[in-house]
Amino acid sequence: MAATLASPDRLGGNIFSPAGALTIVRAGSVARELENTPDPLTIDLSRVERMDTVGAWLVHRSVRDRGARVTGASPELQELLRQVAQADHPAPVRPEGERGAVAELGAWTIESGRTLVGLLGFFGATLIGFLNLARHPKRFRYNAVVQRFDVVGVRALGIIGLMSFLIGIVIGQQGAVQLQQFGAEVYTINLIGRITVRELGPLMTAIMVAGRSGSAFAAQIGTMKITEEVDAMRTIGVSPVEALVIPRLIASVVMMPLLAFWAMLLSLVGGGLFCWISLEIPPLTYVQRLAEVVPATDLWVGLIKAPVFGFIIALAGCFQGMLVANDAEQVGLKTTAAVVQSIFLVIILDAVFAIFFSSIGWI
Amino acid sequence: MAVVRADSEAPIIEVRGLENRFGDQIVHQDLNLDVRRGEIIGVVGGSGTGKSVLMRSIIGLQTPAAGTIEVLGENMVGRSEDEAKNIRRRWGILFQNGALFSTLTVAENVEVPLREYFPKFGSQLMDEIASYKISMSGLPAEAGNKYPSELSGGMRKRAGLARALALDPELLFLDEPTAGLDPIGAQAFDQLILSLQKKLELTVFLITHDLDSLYAICDRVAVLADRRVIAVDTIDRLLQMDHPWIQEYFNGPRGRAAAAA
Repeated sequence: MAATLASPDRLGGNIFSPAGALTIVRAGSVARELENTPDPLTIDLSRVERMDTVGAWLVHRSVRDRGARVTGASPELQELLRQVAQADHPAPVRPEGERGAVAELGAWTIESGRTLVGLLGFFGATLIGFLNLARHPKRFRYNAVVQRFDVVGVRALGIIGLMSFLIGIVIGQQGAVQLQQFGAEVYTINLIGRITVRELGPLMTAIMVAGRSGSAFAAQIGTMKITEEVDAMRTIGVSPVEALVIPRLIASVVMMPLLAFWAMLLSLVGGGLFCWISLEIPPLTYVQRLAEVVPATDLWVGLIKAPVFGFIIALAGCFQGMLVANDAEQVGLKTTAAVVQSIFLVIILDAVFAIFFSSIGWI
Repeated sequence: MAVVRADSEAPIIEVRGLENRFGDQIVHQDLNLDVRRGEIIGVVGGSGTGKSVLMRSIIGLQTPAAGTIEVLGENMVGRSEDEAKNIRRRWGILFQNGALFSTLTVAENVEVPLREYFPKFGSQLMDEIASYKISMSGLPAEAGNKYPSELSGGMRKRAGLARALALDPELLFLDEPTAGLDPIGAQAFDQLILSLQKKLELTVFLITHDLDSLYAICDRVAVLADRRVIAVDTIDRLLQMDHPWIQEYFNGPRGRAAAAA
């Protein structure tokens, strides 16, 4: 393949004379060589055997920007140059709106506010849905609800049980290490009993359900939005809130306290096993001691919180699912948002509950 | 570049004895097909006859159970990703729904293959190339920084075409490019393909159900039936064959309407 030549011509200008193929493969080096050839520039195409649009573009832009003269172009090459010149409409490449930090913060604040208002609105819509169902109980979908019980509740037993069992052991072990320094190992039982029944049982269950079911709600409903199933439902006269949202809400609200109770139980078993093996506290003593130190109100605290958490998780999951529009990428984004939002709200509510129960004397 | 035979003689795609199966289901058996350089070949066949599977086999997304496939003179079966890279650079593919990357703008989509194969191009040259490709594909310049989700179906196809043309390919694969377009949009797209094919001397492998497209732009039509290509010829010649599917396809009411147009 002959080398590209740039040589001075008789009139004091420069001739750029590429040979062989002037194609995309050589475009990088040709562009550099063109740049290094000073004006006035003449491009001689007589030795070019093959040219593609990228090659033509390089010639075209030299003509456009530097007033280069083109010689020796065959009719085909001239045609290609003309085609490229015709297509010369600079297009914006990168998305608009690179915003500053303040604008970003403002947009984020507005977005968060809108989401909160939207969530409230969605809460209202579900309440209306419940009222409608109360007036037309025949429209209630038993099958859908029972199916959700299975998915949200029964199928979660294994993972939530395992997690709680291990957490029970960890709390026992960590607590014992600290309490042994004061010779107060026996208080490990107080620690395990109170913390799992009152706090960790419902909270960890809520986090697990948010990750397992809240995300699934958002993804399922979001996918149905993209495939226009939700629209199809509306046109047939089926309310998506009644058909999709309410069964999931009911399932979460009913299943959360049961799962939380299951979690408490397994944590106590895990903690008890640790006490038995490591601290040599026999199971019977462990149970007796638990009954003495864990007040009944602790159980109530745990079991009252759980359905509220369940409601929030299902609400956030379904709400985010309903927000999905346009493309599949949104399903992922909204699913993430559903989990983050529900766990965030659950923890805030947990704090509110803590203050509330303390002030009514359930300490 | 060692050219043994004259380019016009050697087929640009050569499929021999291709066999594809999914479990017990045999899609292709002993399928042969030659695509000549510079032609627009239409591939037709009933639903489920494996038109897309054929395309996926040729471009290496589907490993066939048996047979050989040569594209641009190179064997495609069993090649590693790296080895096939030089051939991949020489073709462009428009998938059925555009398959645009949804997190990138249209122009950035067009730049993806450029960045992959020619990372040393300056970003200014890259932007310029993307711009004229977008314009050549019949999109307005303003579409450059829009996201795929902001485009209509027809515009998305054009954006996909712009990306397929990014590297100035010799060979263009189109999977049902006019499906889902209104008749005016479909006709415009047909004309766009025809004019680009003439301008850029492309070979086009066109899968379509659109009879109007077949009549308007295809030089030859390959008919898939009974697990293989039963005929490859001009529509006029195909009409003279007495295979029932071909007769029903081209001589049905829609076929005759398209022929009259």
